[in-house]
Amino acid sequence: MNPKPKFAMYWAASCGGCEIAVLNIHEKILDVDANFEVVFWPVAMDAKYKDVEAMEDGSILLTLFNGGIRNDENEHIAKLLRQKSKILVAFGSCACEGCIPGLANLSPVGEIVHTAFNTLTTDNPHEIYPRTTFDVPEGELHIPKLSKVLRPLDQVVDVDYYMPGCPPESHQIAAVIDLVIDVLHGKANLPPKGATIGVGNSTVCDECPRTRNIKFIKEFKRIQDIAPVDPNLCLLEQGIPCNGPATRSGCNSRCPNAGAQCIGCYGPAEGVMDYGARLITAFSSVIDANTPAEIEHILDGIPDPTGQVYRFNLAGSLLKASQDAWKVK
Amino acid sequence: MTDKIFEPTIIGFTCNWCSYRASDLAGTARMKYAPNVRLIRMMCSGRLDPTFVLRALSGGADGVMITGCHPGECHYIEQNYKALRRFLLLRRVLAGLGIEPERVKLVWASAAEGARFASETTAFVEEIRKLGPLNWGKPVAQLENLQEEISKLEEVSA
Repeated sequence: MNPKPKFAMYWAASCGGCEIAVLNIHEKILDVDANFEVVFWPVAMDAKYKDVEAMEDGSILLTLFNGGIRNDENEHIAKLLRQKSKILVAFGSCACEGCIPGLANLSPVGEIVHTAFNTLTTDNPHEIYPRTTFDVPEGELHIPKLSKVLRPLDQVVDVDYYMPGCPPESHQIAAVIDLVIDVLHGKANLPPKGATIGVGNSTVCDECPRTRNIKFIKEFKRIQDIAPVDPNLCLLEQGIPCNGPATRSGCNSRCPNAGAQCIGCYGPAEGVMDYGARLITAFSSVIDANTPAEIEHILDGIPDPTGQVYRFNLAGSLLKASQDAWKVK
Repeated sequence: MTDKIFEPTIIGFTCNWCSYRASDLAGTARMKYAPNVRLIRMMCSGRLDPTFVLRALSGGADGVMITGCHPGECHYIEQNYKALRRFLLLRRVLAGLGIEPERVKLVWASAAEGARFASETTAFVEEIRKLGPLNWGKPVAQLENLQEEISKLEEVSA
């Protein structure tokens, strides 16, 4: 009998939610086990980097890579897994477009370290900061170095497929796993390289069951400031900045169904080059004002426009990071 | 030439029905204005997707000029108002990314206002010259070598 094809999953700068989403496919995880040999998955099993380094190039059939590239360790493993894998999937919003960790691209790296180690939540009177190298009697110790900005996976290595979502919905993961197993058994073909898989090809609005009319927005409000929120009417129409119009479908409009606005975790819809730009267009089109003063007044209702339109997509956008983050020498 | 003057690269988006003709008029009337603007003609300022502006800035432009018909005079009824709203929201987003909002300018110019188009262009070029280069493309190109450039702030001895 042929040995089972190999499967790997890795997390870089991410939260671990993607791994949970994979486990959320419930008993289908048994199909994964029946069809694949899991060779590397730091969250689920013990494995050393040197074991991966010893593998033959291209010997892993499928690698799901979640998380962005924030330090030199992430970068090393990304390059290593690219070399060892036949199919490398940017799995989840972080690997596809930076996600929430990508918002750190608004700040220079020094400020991020300072905030983490020496502000209100951390008492650090002697200004002790982590060092990337440290001498101990046994030799020199290293911890990973933070990079200037966080990069999505495809800004570091070649990526075969993208699977967005924060995390990707479990039914989509299950469908993709079914597809890969069918491909293994010769019953299906792989999608073209570079495709976004496990998603719809429209926008969240297209899947959203709420009633939509022509929109005239006189005021943007935060959802907690509206009581009650109409359960059947489009949220954007109620003045809540909902990111649905720019966001790729695939989640069955999960957030709007639950009464909350879409925050855009499935990333840019098909054909959209810059998520934020598309959302700027969408919001601007529905503002019901034609004088600069009135428009500015309505826009004041969005307290953090950059965070609103680039919540998940900053690192993957055209500008990728703020001026301050870029300028770090 | 020891003191090299900074010549900004500016992308200008013009509307087919007004500002593009204004620039034409400025040209046929032999008006002098700064040559730094590369004009791109669109059918209407309402066609301006903010993506175009972001693409220009990320690709090395130092400023972007958006021009269209005066309010109330749009060939397509009211699309220039949409351009105005997009412009105002885009400026806020750019400010959040640390880009001076003055780097993107909106100018209304009718087909008869060649002189206005010329003077506004020159004024914008001077404004950008004062702000200095944006250089957005460069750090992106340097990303590959960034490990060497990491902030010294990161390693503070205890």
